[in-house]
Amino acid sequence: MTPAAVPPDRWLELAPLQLRDWVTGFLPASLQWLATGLITIVAILAVFGLLFAYLTLAERKILGRIQNRPGPNRTGWFGLLQPFADGVKALTKEDVVPRQADPVLHYLAPVVLVALSLLGFAVIPFGRHLVAVELDAAVLYFFAAGAATELAIFMAGWASRNKYALLAAMRALAQLISYELPLLLAFVPVVMLAGTLSTTAIVAAQGGWTLGVLPHWFVLTPWGFAGFVIFMIAALAESNRSPFDLPEAESELIAGHLTEYSGFKYALFFMAEYFGMCALCGMAVTLFLGGWQAPCAALECIPSYAWFGAKLLTLLLGFIWIRATLPRLRMDQLTRLAWKFLVPLALINLGTAAFWSLTAGWTGGLQLVRWAVALALVAGPFVLLGRRLSRGVAPRVYRYASS
Amino acid sequence: MLGTGLLQGLAVTAKNLVGSFHDPARLPTLEYPEVQPQLPEAYRNFPFLVSESAEDPMGTLRCVACQICEKECPPQCIYIEKSKDKKPDAAGKQQIFPAVFVIDTSVCMSCQICVEVCPFESIKMDQVFAIATTERFGSLLLTREQLAKPNSYYHQIHPTEAAEVDRRLAADRQAAEDKAKAAAAAKSAAPTPPAKPATGGPAA
Amino acid sequence: MSAPDSSFLAPPAGSQVRAVHDEFHGDLLEVSMGPHHPSTHGVFRMIVTLDGETIVKLKPVFGYLHRNHEKLGENTSYLASMPYTDRLDYLNSMTNNWAYALAVERLAGLAVPARAEYLRVILAELTRLLNHSCLAGFLLQDCGCSGTPLMYAFREREKILDLFESLSGSRMMCNFQRFGGCRVDPSADWLAGVQQLTDGYGAFLDEFEALLTGNEIFMARTQGVGRLAAPLAISAGVTGPVLRASGVAHDLRKVDGYGAYPQFDFRVPLGDHGDTYDRYMVRILEMRESIQILRQALARLPDGPIMDPKAKLRGFRPKAGEAYGRIEGPKGEIGFYLISDGSPNPYRYRVRPPSFINLTILEDLCLGHTVADAVIILGSVDIVLGEVDR
Repeated sequence: MTPAAVPPDRWLELAPLQLRDWVTGFLPASLQWLATGLITIVAILAVFGLLFAYLTLAERKILGRIQNRPGPNRTGWFGLLQPFADGVKALTKEDVVPRQADPVLHYLAPVVLVALSLLGFAVIPFGRHLVAVELDAAVLYFFAAGAATELAIFMAGWASRNKYALLAAMRALAQLISYELPLLLAFVPVVMLAGTLSTTAIVAAQGGWTLGVLPHWFVLTPWGFAGFVIFMIAALAESNRSPFDLPEAESELIAGHLTEYSGFKYALFFMAEYFGMCALCGMAVTLFLGGWQAPCAALECIPSYAWFGAKLLTLLLGFIWIRATLPRLRMDQLTRLAWKFLVPLALINLGTAAFWSLTAGWTGGLQLVRWAVALALVAGPFVLLGRRLSRGVAPRVYRYASS
Repeated sequence: MLGTGLLQGLAVTAKNLVGSFHDPARLPTLEYPEVQPQLPEAYRNFPFLVSESAEDPMGTLRCVACQICEKECPPQCIYIEKSKDKKPDAAGKQQIFPAVFVIDTSVCMSCQICVEVCPFESIKMDQVFAIATTERFGSLLLTREQLAKPNSYYHQIHPTEAAEVDRRLAADRQAAEDKAKAAAAAKSAAPTPPAKPATGGPAA
Repeated sequence: MSAPDSSFLAPPAGSQVRAVHDEFHGDLLEVSMGPHHPSTHGVFRMIVTLDGETIVKLKPVFGYLHRNHEKLGENTSYLASMPYTDRLDYLNSMTNNWAYALAVERLAGLAVPARAEYLRVILAELTRLLNHSCLAGFLLQDCGCSGTPLMYAFREREKILDLFESLSGSRMMCNFQRFGGCRVDPSADWLAGVQQLTDGYGAFLDEFEALLTGNEIFMARTQGVGRLAAPLAISAGVTGPVLRASGVAHDLRKVDGYGAYPQFDFRVPLGDHGDTYDRYMVRILEMRESIQILRQALARLPDGPIMDPKAKLRGFRPKAGEAYGRIEGPKGEIGFYLISDGSPNPYRYRVRPPSFINLTILEDLCLGHTVADAVIILGSVDIVLGEVDR
């Protein structure tokens, strides 16, 4: 973890830290710790703020392309200034607060939401040396902070004094409780195999390559793959993204908890949604996709934070792609999917991971047996539970009138 | 197996995402102000009045203020006042003309009934669609002067239809002249009462 | 078919729904969905009483778009009502025109030339493609598809609208049919355009079905939701694809055999469950049959006039009498009932709007389902408020 361990040719790796130290060097030593912290916060806010801005643009562009239309392309070159135009619009719009609403809670909800959704970034290692806070129980902290965001959504729904918002708030709570469990159960195997709750240590555990090309990421193991898929499904639900966007289901609940919000408060909700999405994807990268590790030894010359960014963007694009394709679930189906499908699968996955960890010593032919058993433990329950879940739902054959 | 339908759907959207970059059929958007739409010849918007010449539109309106369009117009957006005096029309015949001819385009529904019922080929459908105004009442009420457009413009926007109309009008004019000539010849030969006068317009 | 409770399908059981609240349970929530709501397809309002998210009572409220259509028809000439029929179901102006023209032709005893009959079939089937594509798009939009299927449907609809525009001059308000025939004879180019569209439409439907018909979420959302039993459908006077999805073989193209339809070979798809999925699938299958009809009509389109020579445009006064003209519109039986007293205006002018009559069963379909289901059930009934409120 010390800079000395890095070969001198990878100066890019250290550049962000050197820049920070250069700036803090101008300050007296007693203030340097404060400046270091502030610079880290500002850097995270700036990077993810910009990422939020351009993610909205990318989402609109990609959604547009998928829907056979060009997407926003009027503001600036290729529409690149669109996020700023949207920001100005949101800031200058009238902020309408319903007379019946609870003014304090109505005001606080978006603020609390953004604040809570930012907390998660503190423990994600963005690069080999880039992690804001090194915590021993980082993963626990991350999910605790993430779970609190749904409270803010409930606050918004409750304080709006609107029936749609209230329904949305209840949906949000039910969704949170249902999906927190598979989300947590999905990462337990990682903790089991890495033997730590620290995110930096988990990333370090996924270092190295077989033959220099096959990375030791957890996603490339049977239990890791299953865990990753469960984690991503639960992450979709946790960040209220399609097909789990029930709290803001526009075809039923108008805009759900956002119904009574306008102007910049409305924008803040979206900011929080994207921050939450980025944080969860970042955590998925950390837990399953090897964090900042390069996919093969030859590509290590590219700085680690670039790899992290690339993986993060890939997952985010996947979110957008899914949003463009899938219809929304119904509330009872949503909870049923969590309790009757994802939770059992995640529990079985614990067993698979235990088996994997116990058979770490098997070599040669036994290695094949180890893979076969683990794959069967993943695929079998999936097929069986999937069949049970989708019983009675199938494509149909139609008849025609006889005349 | 659970999930195959989802993956199939994802494949379709991926195909469309990629296709939008190379296949024009998958990106049919027309970026309007830069690229103007190719209007089909049949396209119709609001009516205009045909005049024979561009120099003197008010003097050469084909309209004879017969008020059929005013009666047939479904939303009744046409208002006509007949002139007190007569003046020669395109064929040289003395006709009354509309002293006031107003179409309220805020009411007009572009149905083309006025064009179909007009026996004098004097009202036709325009193709100008960029007609936003800053004022709701006066600007949308089009007067005779605003409505009059020359026959050459009609040829420009509906070439096939206009050519046919011109042919029909020329044939009518020819028939009227022939009849007049025949009548004159008959008159000079023997003073008999003239034949039935020529009907005003073409068959509907 | 009863679904096992462990499946996605298990609908919230209607019999367990409380009719009133008591002190052991919470209050019922009355939500006014509409007239400004994203999924009511216009200015339609449902006053929904909810127990949690389950609907215990649904009161449809309409009339927000009422514009006196029938009274207007009695105060204008027969011809002047034609453009107003465009505005009933503004997606399907061609079939509305046809139904009205059919009623007037029966009243006045006009015959329609063969070419015009074929042309009407072509336009009606194009309208059916247009309407059903839009419906599928809207329905999936109501399921929460972020607009993708809707945009695909609109992409194809655009091609049909372009054809309508180049033929009639207007994209949606076509005002094309006349008493005794059609207004314009299409050019060879236009017919080639229809041929091209017909040839490409099957591929579009395949892609559209690949996108969502087999989608597990879509099936779970729609199968078993909003079941309409055949007896209720018949007694409520429901027509069109909604009726056929309940398994009743009633298609006016076969029953009445109006126009040139008896000369074409096509099948009528039927559903067995009468649920939302069946209503969706019956329409998809109908579109495939429409393509077959279009192929045959284009191949056999006869030459000749397109107007009955007896037809008069000005001074049209049918003799006293009454007539009812009905056709199988994309949404169901669209009919016009006219009484003439020999004057230029109809004495009585009455529309039988399929959307309105199909909408009357909404509460029966929605009870016991959730708010989210109510939206897609409404979407699958396929209404256009211009026709409901008239």
